[in-house]
Amino acid sequence: MDNTTPTPEKKTETLNEVVIHFAGDSGDGMQLTGTQFTTSSAIAGNDLNTFPDFPAEIRAPAGTTYGVSGFQIHFGSRKIHTPGDTCDVLVAMNPAALRVNLKHLRDRGIIIANNQGFTPKNLKLAGYEKNPLEDGSLNNYQLHGVDISKLTANALEDLNLGSKIVDRCKNFFALGLMFWMYNRPIEPTLEWIKSKFKDKPELIEANTRALKAGLHYGDITEIFTTRYEIQPAKLKPGTYRNITGNAAMALGFVAASRKSGLELYLGAYPITPASDVLHELSQYKNFKVKTFQAEDEIGAITAAIGASYGGSLGITATSGPGMALKMEAVGLAVMIELPLVIADIQRGGPSTGLPTKTEQADLFQAIYGRNSEAPLCVLAAATPSDCFQMAFEASRIAIKYMTPVILLSDGYIANGAEPWLLPNADELKPIEAKFHTDPENFMPYARDEKTLARPWVIPGTPDMAHRVGGLEKEDKTGDISYDPENHQKMVNYRAEKIERIADDIPDAVVDGDKEGDLLIIGWGSTYGAITSAVERSRKKGKSVSYVHLRYINPFPKNLGEILYNFKKILVPELNKGQLLNVLRAKYLVPAIGYNKVQGLPFKAAELETKIDELLRG
Amino acid sequence: MSEAAVKEAKKYTAKDFQSGQDVRWCPGCGDYSILAQTQRVFPDLGIEKKDIVWVSGIGCSSRFPYYMDTYGLHGIHGRAAVIASGLKMARPELSVWVATGDGDLLSIGGNHFIHVCRRNVDIKILLFNNQIYGLTKGQYSPTSEFGKITKSTPWGSIDYPFNPVALALGAECTFVARSLDRNAKHLQSMIKAAAEHTGTAFIEIYQNCNVFNDGAFFHLTEKGQKEENVVFLEHGKPLVFGANSDKGIKLDGFTPKVVNIENGEFSKNDLLVHDENKNDDVLAYILSSMTYDPNLPTPIGIFKKANKPTYDAEMNKQIQKAIEKRGEGDLDKLLHKGETWVVK
Ligand code: SF4
Repeated sequence: MDNTTPTPEKKTETLNEVVIHFAGDSGDGMQLTGTQFTTSSAIAGNDLNTFPDFPAEIRAPAGTTYGVSGFQIHFGSRKIHTPGDTCDVLVAMNPAALRVNLKHLRDRGIIIANNQGFTPKNLKLAGYEKNPLEDGSLNNYQLHGVDISKLTANALEDLNLGSKIVDRCKNFFALGLMFWMYNRPIEPTLEWIKSKFKDKPELIEANTRALKAGLHYGDITEIFTTRYEIQPAKLKPGTYRNITGNAAMALGFVAASRKSGLELYLGAYPITPASDVLHELSQYKNFKVKTFQAEDEIGAITAAIGASYGGSLGITATSGPGMALKMEAVGLAVMIELPLVIADIQRGGPSTGLPTKTEQADLFQAIYGRNSEAPLCVLAAATPSDCFQMAFEASRIAIKYMTPVILLSDGYIANGAEPWLLPNADELKPIEAKFHTDPENFMPYARDEKTLARPWVIPGTPDMAHRVGGLEKEDKTGDISYDPENHQKMVNYRAEKIERIADDIPDAVVDGDKEGDLLIIGWGSTYGAITSAVERSRKKGKSVSYVHLRYINPFPKNLGEILYNFKKILVPELNKGQLLNVLRAKYLVPAIGYNKVQGLPFKAAELETKIDELLRG
Repeated sequence: MSEAAVKEAKKYTAKDFQSGQDVRWCPGCGDYSILAQTQRVFPDLGIEKKDIVWVSGIGCSSRFPYYMDTYGLHGIHGRAAVIASGLKMARPELSVWVATGDGDLLSIGGNHFIHVCRRNVDIKILLFNNQIYGLTKGQYSPTSEFGKITKSTPWGSIDYPFNPVALALGAECTFVARSLDRNAKHLQSMIKAAAEHTGTAFIEIYQNCNVFNDGAFFHLTEKGQKEENVVFLEHGKPLVFGANSDKGIKLDGFTPKVVNIENGEFSKNDLLVHDENKNDDVLAYILSSMTYDPNLPTPIGIFKKANKPTYDAEMNKQIQKAIEKRGEGDLDKLLHKGETWVVK
């Protein structure tokens, strides 16, 4: 490091929130850079929300636009609900990264570009005729071309490492520079480097040097005149950890298994974006979690049904196309009345659709997607960390009511991450799971008076051998019955059982006034964007109320009452109006939809505009 | 009195396995015999009734669990083998049996069948092969012969049939056998052998559907015909058949041939000697290839018996290992894993 250069005077500005987007080639380590920045920001006490943007192709050719991998982090001194509509800073390691992400950069936003990445070949691959760093086309932004690769190489010069290894350290230079710019602690990353490369001292040295070189570069260069400070956010005290929706969901299931005393059994078939639930759970073998990668989606769910029949907490996780395949088996679970949780991590459809993009269009499928009258409970997680809570809740309901439960999540919260205030294991309520073992007057389809659940008798219980199956059951005895009256009765029982779950779930909570001009109803992953939009509208003095639904079938009991107290009801959804339809049909309210199906989450700004429009009219 | 006590006081009889439900197969259906033989053999298996589960799919055969006084799960079409797999993984101590048909197991459930075989899940699969769809009233099935005229193939079927034994062998099933509904003794011995096997055990049972495919196997089951058309596979014994035990199977390279052992040209010593424990599957394949050959008798018996760790045992072994290595899971630690920070 050249210590002779005098450090130019730098001023410090305080900001409330910042969005940074790190983008580069798949091989540039942008996900790692992003997660390191995330950890550091979390430790600095900011609230935050992140979203990775992976290329759909596994190994896209280097330098191409479809090979761009990105990571967006939104952090601030106030509550952060989304990864950010637009970014303030774009770190672009090559022209493709710039081309793909420039549209997300706000006006006058900062671009930090790796000069060495803008080779003639890369420019051509990204479709640039001239170098945008030089042709003035980026004049609307604060453009900083930095010799990231070159400076990294300089810093590592005397280590005698291969050029490939040196090149791989450049992301840490960029990270160091961002650490400098936003005053982040570097210690967590230094620790990470040490433990990651513990058997490779030369890599510890190389990455540490690259990181520090980036940091010092910010200090000494004249390009950057300002550093930014983001004060810690006021967060609830406690221990936090950054978590993605899929990881949180997996933990929620493990917690439910522990709290119910039931072994957890996951049947799954790889599918984007649900596979991480399988990956996570397959690590927890010492929690007696059994994971079965089945031959297909149907095998995955039916094996889980077999496990539930045997007394496990059977679960399966999939996405839209997999859901479609599983539905006949879900009907079986409805009929034989066993606990089962089906997690649907939604993605763009129909058919194969947009596997890596997000959508909320499986709601109809979840509520209605089976032959005949086959009601079940449908829940939806609102945020990445909420996936923990809702997985736990889905399991509780499934066990207590002896029913399949569909838990909806989607690609956006499954892969997105946020700080999670960790619950203590003993704070989690136990889930009562009891197997019936008393043969006296045993009837497989006798029902609990309150919940209408049938008794759960598992094989191996003496003197209680009985048969269950997909044919209609006679009330109480469970014998096969084609009797018309009995069928009516059983259909009614199954419906009533699900309705009664409403007595066992929290009331819907209105955020804002209990009556007024406008009520927004949201569900699932749109929580963050809607909350931000509502906050912004309120700042402008508008009265907007908001209900976010996590229980969709049955609805919370007080929902109808709430709806009738507002003049207008807006239901924003990433589909063509599915919850909207259900609400209209059930409550006969003239709700209107705000719908988008682009494979992208809502932007708070577009919702804000819609709110303005409705309150004006 | 608990069942365990009953067991101690007296051995089970066939009657103990009758559920009391009215059996609703067509009178004369081969399924009755399969049920009867099962009920006859089960008392001898030394397994407590409470630990036995029958799983089925959809079809005539899949009604089977209702008639056995054990635990039973009547599933959905084609999925019995994988439902049973999930159950066995969750509860390895149970004795899990599948009753299924040719449509159920080989058509809609074909995928699960080959995968359960390759995984070697410790379940027993009884295939009631009647070469027809019975419950849906008479369409051709994946084991119906080429040219078969049925309601859905008025001009004759243009599908070539599966050879279920060859299919199971191809999927590396560890126990593969074939039996006949009308040969009570043989069927009993096969069910018993399957029960004693650790791993996936598959028995193809030729079963007469007297309503939609009557007599499909009469050449193998009826006096006066079966003698010339069936060769019983017995471990360590040469393959001899014929009304007068005057014929045998000799290998000509890899090709099985019928030879006369009475006219002096060949003797028993020239015949193929069955070895069900052979490690490679070559012999079993050769025997299975005789199935649809009009010039050869149909082999009945155990084609193959092999030992290989089962999926369910391996799964539970991994869990034990993980617990030994990492200690029994601690939820609090799991939740607090990774990089955490404290907000005061
Ligand atoms: S249709 Fe055929 S297989 Fe089915 S019960 Fe009748 S005879 Fe048996």
